[in-house]
Amino acid sequence: MDRAKIKRELEELAAEGLPAEQPQEEAPVEVQAEGEGEDKAKAKKEEDVPRKNGLIETDYATRGAHLDVQINPDQVVRAAEILDSEGMTLELVTGVDWIKEGQFEVIYDYSYAGGQLFRVVVRARVDRNNPDIPTVCHVYGGANWHERETWELLGINFVGHPQLEHFLLPEDADFYPLRKDFKP
Amino acid sequence: MSSLAQSQLRETFELNIGPQHPATHGVLRIKVVMDGEYIDRAEPILGYIHRMHEKMGENRTWNQFWPNMGRLDYLSAIAYNHCYAGLMERAMGIVVPERAEYIRVITAELNRIQSHLLGFGAYIMDLGGFTPLMYAMDEREQILDLLESVTGSRLTYCYFRFGGVYNDIDDDFITGTRAFLKRFRPQIPMYHKLVTGNVILMNRLIGVGPLSAEICRKYGATGPVLRGSGVNYDIRRNEPYSVYPELDFDIPVYHECDSMARYMVRMDEMLQSCRIIEHALNKLPEGPVMAEKVPKALKPPKGDYHYAVEAARGTFSMRTVSDGTNTSYRMRLRSPTYSNVSLFEEASRGMLLSDALAFLGSLDPVIPEMDR
Repeated sequence: MDRAKIKRELEELAAEGLPAEQPQEEAPVEVQAEGEGEDKAKAKKEEDVPRKNGLIETDYATRGAHLDVQINPDQVVRAAEILDSEGMTLELVTGVDWIKEGQFEVIYDYSYAGGQLFRVVVRARVDRNNPDIPTVCHVYGGANWHERETWELLGINFVGHPQLEHFLLPEDADFYPLRKDFKP
Repeated sequence: MSSLAQSQLRETFELNIGPQHPATHGVLRIKVVMDGEYIDRAEPILGYIHRMHEKMGENRTWNQFWPNMGRLDYLSAIAYNHCYAGLMERAMGIVVPERAEYIRVITAELNRIQSHLLGFGAYIMDLGGFTPLMYAMDEREQILDLLESVTGSRLTYCYFRFGGVYNDIDDDFITGTRAFLKRFRPQIPMYHKLVTGNVILMNRLIGVGPLSAEICRKYGATGPVLRGSGVNYDIRRNEPYSVYPELDFDIPVYHECDSMARYMVRMDEMLQSCRIIEHALNKLPEGPVMAEKVPKALKPPKGDYHYAVEAARGTFSMRTVSDGTNTSYRMRLRSPTYSNVSLFEEASRGMLLSDALAFLGSLDPVIPEMDR
């Protein structure tokens, strides 16, 4: 596991995705990498403006992770491959419903079991009306159940997942309980 | 005759194990496609006691979520308390008094011993031996009595608070714990004599359910399952939290990668937990057990937080997204056996059915924690 290499490759990956998403804005990624992304967001009128793609080094003591990278949804497989080749483990897949922004966020937590303490968070945002994101099942077998659960509870469609069937909920459940507009 | 080799003559049939089956430790159902005595495909089916703890986390205030932490893994609930306490203390920047941290570690390790004891007893019962369960229950009962005297409950602990623990331990607890350790330590060699050396057990466990370190990594398996595959990974050492760095203990690691290795890791861990408790009791400092000025209504700053602890079955971690209000925006619980059992489908392919049950028991699943 090479921390510097992971950081560099994820940074490049995030930079690749940036112009594709927002072609009109050509913000250099290096500026955000210094952790100024938060300051920029604050400067804007709305505080809840979604974060732009890029890599931030977070403080482990207060956040519980060392690197935090946001990428395009179509890049999560590439990110998983980068981290897999360095021997990291996929620990958790989380979905978050940002209903005000009309988006879902998918968060991948990676950890390292080889001795050194290193945690990486990979995030991707998908459109709430068209929540498609590629699966990372073929890279990490353990993603299967986590993605299946995220699909079931939030309705995020993991394209290419071998078995998107009901898992924790009853077989006839036609609701997504973790969505913020869910009414029991 | 193994019919696996003659695939053209193959005739498979479906077999349901569970949901009410003693070998599945609760309501876990396994849909197995059998090829004679061999498993073609075994698919665990979850959700029989799904309670949507994650949604409860969004509906309740931070303090109201405490009781949920005792109801995930009912066997090592204190470790789950520890994770939630640590998570919110990280988010709020609360500094916990040292005595409280020591008490946390002592109770968590007692809890770990009783969890492994029940795991040991139940596992041997899966394999057909009834007596060891009685021995294990006897010892476990003493731990439950000790924990009851400080926490007030015997199973679903809700003992920790943000900033400490709600009840200080007294001299009775300390002398009782020391007496228990004195009595318990010679029990483990006795168990080894009684159970581990038994030729039936050895034949059923050695070489059964091989798990390479690579498959553990791909599936995110942790805890005794990972350490039985030769990987020295324990959150208490690799990602130190609480006062574990100040305490002496070793991480038992076995390289055989089979069910026996996982069983041995758990047995050794009980002795290591005894060491931790003894050392922590010797070092127990005086002082308060609650931090001062912990706000009653917590409002952690916006952002997301992650915290991981070593529960009895592996890494339990929580990720919470806070929007700065008094409830969580998203509460994600990562339960260790969820990941551990997810590799069952791949690892059990081609296994004998009786071996597969011995293998499943060595993963030590606790169903309420998988289903959440």
